[in-house]
Amino acid sequence: MTDIYLGADRATDAEAAAVDEALRDRGVDAVVQPETERLYTSGRSRRLERRHYLLPALHALQNAVGWISPGGINYVAEVLGVPPAEAFGVATFYDLFRTEPPDHDGDTFHVCVDAACQIAGYDDLVASVRASGGHVHLGSCLGQCERAPALFVQGTGGRPDYVPADAEPFELPQAGDPSLRLLRRIGVADPESLESYRAHGGYEALQRAGEMGADAVLEAVAASGLSGRGGAAFPTGVKWRAVAAETGRPKHVVANCDESEPGTFKDRIVMEHDPFAVIESMTIAGLATGAQNGWIYIRGEYPLATARLQGAIDAARAAGLLGPDAAGTGHDFDIAIWRGAGAYICGEETALFNSLEGFRGEPRNKPPFPTTHGLFGEPTAINNPETLLNVLDIILDGPDDYRTRGTERSPGTKLLCLSGQVGRPGLYEVPFGTTLGELLELAGGVAGTGEFQAVLMGGAAGSFVGPDSLDLPLTLEDTRAAGTTLGSGVVMAFDSSVDMTDVVVRIAEFFRDESCGQCVPCRVGAVRQHETLVQMQKRGSLSPSRRALIDEMAEVMVDASICGLGHTAASAVRSALSLGLIASAPS
Amino acid sequence: MTGAATMTETAVTITVDGQPVEVAEGSTIHAACVQAGIDTPTLCWAENLTPVNVCRVCVVELEGSRALVPSCSRPAEEGMVVQTDTPRVRHSRRMVLEFLGSGVDLSQAEDLHDWMEAYGADPDRYSDEEHPVERVDEPVKVQDELYIRDYSKCVLCYKCVEACGDDAQHTFAIAVAGRGFDARISTEFDVTLPDSACVYCGNCVGVCPTGALQFKTEYDLREVGEWRPEDQTVTRTVCSYCGVGCNLELHVQDERIVKVTSPSDHSVTSGHLCIKGRFGWQYVHGE
Repeated sequence: MTDIYLGADRATDAEAAAVDEALRDRGVDAVVQPETERLYTSGRSRRLERRHYLLPALHALQNAVGWISPGGINYVAEVLGVPPAEAFGVATFYDLFRTEPPDHDGDTFHVCVDAACQIAGYDDLVASVRASGGHVHLGSCLGQCERAPALFVQGTGGRPDYVPADAEPFELPQAGDPSLRLLRRIGVADPESLESYRAHGGYEALQRAGEMGADAVLEAVAASGLSGRGGAAFPTGVKWRAVAAETGRPKHVVANCDESEPGTFKDRIVMEHDPFAVIESMTIAGLATGAQNGWIYIRGEYPLATARLQGAIDAARAAGLLGPDAAGTGHDFDIAIWRGAGAYICGEETALFNSLEGFRGEPRNKPPFPTTHGLFGEPTAINNPETLLNVLDIILDGPDDYRTRGTERSPGTKLLCLSGQVGRPGLYEVPFGTTLGELLELAGGVAGTGEFQAVLMGGAAGSFVGPDSLDLPLTLEDTRAAGTTLGSGVVMAFDSSVDMTDVVVRIAEFFRDESCGQCVPCRVGAVRQHETLVQMQKRGSLSPSRRALIDEMAEVMVDASICGLGHTAASAVRSALSLGLIASAPS
Repeated sequence: MTGAATMTETAVTITVDGQPVEVAEGSTIHAACVQAGIDTPTLCWAENLTPVNVCRVCVVELEGSRALVPSCSRPAEEGMVVQTDTPRVRHSRRMVLEFLGSGVDLSQAEDLHDWMEAYGADPDRYSDEEHPVERVDEPVKVQDELYIRDYSKCVLCYKCVEACGDDAQHTFAIAVAGRGFDARISTEFDVTLPDSACVYCGNCVGVCPTGALQFKTEYDLREVGEWRPEDQTVTRTVCSYCGVGCNLELHVQDERIVKVTSPSDHSVTSGHLCIKGRFGWQYVHGE
């Protein structure tokens, strides 16, 4: 039996109170166990009862005093039984946490510098924040690409986080379109009212699922051909069946709401404007897989979505739609929300598990896969909110009806995040098979100069396509055959005036910033790739040997990195090179 | 972690570079390679630590797998077909070694030098005079008389963290902090070792593959150019402090103990010691 060694620093009353409150909100007493009772295991061992409260506790410290102090770390370490060195290692992993005393008073104004905000220009925004005395932090995509440049305000002194643009009225570009499926309640039903959700067909699917039973739900999801919408397009039915087949251990349903792919904002809009649908579909996933524990891991920069989901959970629980015998289905299911803290990598499913469990958000090697070794090492169905949303229609209308939309191999509809230089940026829903040109037309065509230069498909982890791809049908199979990807649904347009070198250099910098640092190919490769592109930018050309080097670096990142971040870190760069968007040959 | 199956274990057979290899179920591909006599570079792997598969220098090509797989952690499964010397494997190994050499000082990572030559790794090709590349460049931390930390030599193999944590010492004085290229092994808020949970078992020093963690005695001798491994003898003995029976290897140069290790395959220590066995030898010299 070992005890935790703590240095001399002690938490202030304000720090301790903030941590206590965060834990109390989650039903945990901030009691320090007597030393004789503290059996203390840690590191990679997963047996700690309280370690997963580390992230909420660190959020509480950051929010209370604007940083995570040595005394604060020691308090959390003692209460949660986490070694202070490890708690510090976790705190330093995230962009939203500071481990040095703040050099400014007041809130932190996070401004996005990724592609959509880069071409929209964020200088004026930065200047206006600074003019009003605000402290600016420039960072990665904030998931508001349709209203670039994006701003997120991180509160301190106990003030809440907020997004100024959330106060603006919201309208879906396709509002009123009767063909909308996944988006049909958005802007129609009141996201803060369970009654309103019910009045628009809410909770009919869960009731039907309860009548059908788990096996029939699994059968319907498999028959629908639904595949994951987070980017990897894994068949949902296969995933759910694998979890359902696991017995004898606690099981989990996790909604991966950590959308951080530059250009992606679809899940934010769904969560903000149709939060009950996320809760209902997770409950169906729990019923189908036999999992009783639901988790929402949502990125820290989404305060409105977090509040609306929490409101929906509370209302559903009060109405008996969550909790023991949820909605009379005979199945116990409840949901807790965990907030991320600014790390793109935590959208990778196994990094998400580590992050939620209170470890650094470093991806795990696969296999084993989450269906057998997921959250807490237990069987887990982890899905994107958009994927989950599809299940409601599959249950209500049946898989045959579902397959009437889309194509044979990509059934259903797809949410697409239109940003950059299009007439009406925003969230769109079209059947799979719609062409890129039709989609751009629907979004008002190319704005700016009106002359189309390129589209970034699938985000920073995706690839660029040129004007010759307007006829490309947006399906999983056609995009794959064309060497690009739908990824998380990013369609970011660039007109002829954009200096694509700036955009591509920033994408490379994004991967450099967001690499977790665990494996060598990505940790060093992302840095060397960025450096090579910066050299190219300075010289105005790329020598043949440097061009070859980029391919050599890409190859090892694709082949030998642990996770998808490394696998895709060179994808957009290489597509920009092969399309001739950047780097003319040396003159 | 030896691969050979005993009578009571289930055996699996995999093919490595065309030859069938039978290993006990649960053995790794790396163990199968060792058994087949195929030399495989490793950096973050050690027989007395849980594989973390982060360095990726041991990757091999596995039929049916899109990406290469880390042989050090991937269990061998019946019928697997593995290639260890394809152009893809050689390229990845070369690039990993090159990447490491381009960012940190590998001059004392002697185990890697032959591999770098074998794979043709050229860490210098990333930079030129006009465009130096980012390197890990930090002052050496000399905070006590027992061991030093030189993180400009650190390849982030996680071995020290594991040895300090639940693979050996259960002290958890150090962890990885920061992210990406800025990630470093650190105590909380980078406090000095005497102010941390460190108990000076030196097990981190024992597993460090690059000289980033080093006995102060070794560091001092290297500083004055007097570290001469070729003139050293290694004597195996039993620690005299208590009754556990830890084996020590005393590294002696010029009639003085300069370093103490323990065999990683020893049944008592698994290579790990406590502060007394690791650092408490001064009495031998009458000091």
